Amino acid sequence: MSDIIQNYWQAWLWNDGYHVSGVAMTLWLLIASVACGFCLSIPLAVARVSSRRWISGPVWFYTYVFRGTPLYIQLLIFYSGVYSLHVVRSVDLLEHFFREGLNCTILAFALNTCAYTTEIFAGAIRAIPYGEIEAARALGMSPWVKYTRIIIPAMLRRALPYYSNEVILMLHATTVAFTATVPDILKVARDVNAATYASFEAFGIAAVLYACIAFALVGLFRLCENRWLAFLRPMGH
Amino acid sequence: MFLSGFGPLILAGTWVTLKLSLLSLILSMLIGLAGASSKLAKASLLRGWATAYTTLIRSVPDLVLMLLLFYSLQLGLNQCTEALGMEQIDIDPFLAGVVTLAFIYGAYFTETFRGAFLSVPAGQIEAAIAYGMTPWQSFRRVLFPQMMRFALPGIANNWQVLIKATALVSIIGLADIVKATQDAGKATMQMFLFAVVGALMYLLITTVSNLLLIWLENHYSAGVRKAVL
Repeated sequence: MSDIIQNYWQAWLWNDGYHVSGVAMTLWLLIASVACGFCLSIPLAVARVSSRRWISGPVWFYTYVFRGTPLYIQLLIFYSGVYSLHVVRSVDLLEHFFREGLNCTILAFALNTCAYTTEIFAGAIRAIPYGEIEAARALGMSPWVKYTRIIIPAMLRRALPYYSNEVILMLHATTVAFTATVPDILKVARDVNAATYASFEAFGIAAVLYACIAFALVGLFRLCENRWLAFLRPMGH
Repeated sequence: MFLSGFGPLILAGTWVTLKLSLLSLILSMLIGLAGASSKLAKASLLRGWATAYTTLIRSVPDLVLMLLLFYSLQLGLNQCTEALGMEQIDIDPFLAGVVTLAFIYGAYFTETFRGAFLSVPAGQIEAAIAYGMTPWQSFRRVLFPQMMRFALPGIANNWQVLIKATALVSIIGLADIVKATQDAGKATMQMFLFAVVGALMYLLITTVSNLLLIWLENHYSAGVRKAVL
């Protein structure tokens, strides 16, 4: 046990001697994919609740497909599937992008979390009390002002508890990244397992690291909720 | 030829996935019921164990737990057989998959059932006791049927997550949809086509189970009055 920690602690945490690995890699995967997914999902959520079918329909289809299939298969499609297409190989830019396992992983993760986040945000928009939106309209706000000042801030606040859940699930989902040769925590654990045959210790340390990150994220989101959801708490005297 | 002759292989993989997910669903629901009962039990030792179980399992990714359990189960068994002077017994990957998935999702079901048990009005159970029902009778006749109504959305959710989690068992060596479509893709050099076929199989399973769950939800909410807006 202590041998493993002594020999591999750097690989577990941030660097395996050649590139970024372990906790640093997992966090980078998580932050990059969640950030991309977040930015994309706000306009998509607004489109998802639109009363016009031709706007909300395609978004519904996108979230349905991405929420109905496993992330592992999506990663396989982007990593080994897309790269095997002739079209991709013949275009220089695409070839460069899809050759790198990390790019494919972040693309697949971002699209996957974006689908779930879109549904969460769309649900939060539907849950906004109609009075708030009617008040905005009564004050003569243009649609743009109405969305940027009233609907989207209200949506982000109300979605926070569900969103924190999605981020934790995304952390758990980053574990499939090692199948695309990305050196995250689990890849290091598998390397250690292969080198020492100490399976329980190797995967046990990985489990502890993931649990620590998960608890840190839960704490962070609790702080955010205390700040941004304070207005929904029952008032004390 | 349809799918270059790989159709039967993929169907066999789909059957493995379905068997695996249904078996682990049943097992994990049983674990969930036991876990929820011990979480709501008076004995603090039982409560402590159940809380430790759900917290630990839910904070660690399922793939890590799968690899941890799969490899350490085999190593532990090897040590046992060695100590007893027996021949090495290899754990069947299918059995290992069912057990690990059930163990992991049992924690999620524990939380679902705990919430559902708490949603049944206390008066219902008090009435059952007042009628002189034994604890088992009040559980089977009063608590369980009403609990299911509250638990159904949670069960539906866990089932969807569980099906998608079965895609990971190919990593511990099971011939499921993912393995079958990957093998077919490698053999025919059409990785993209077969990966998409695999995704479509999953989409089919989730769509059918969605429809079934909507029907079940309507069935169990018979007699529940909803406010008309």
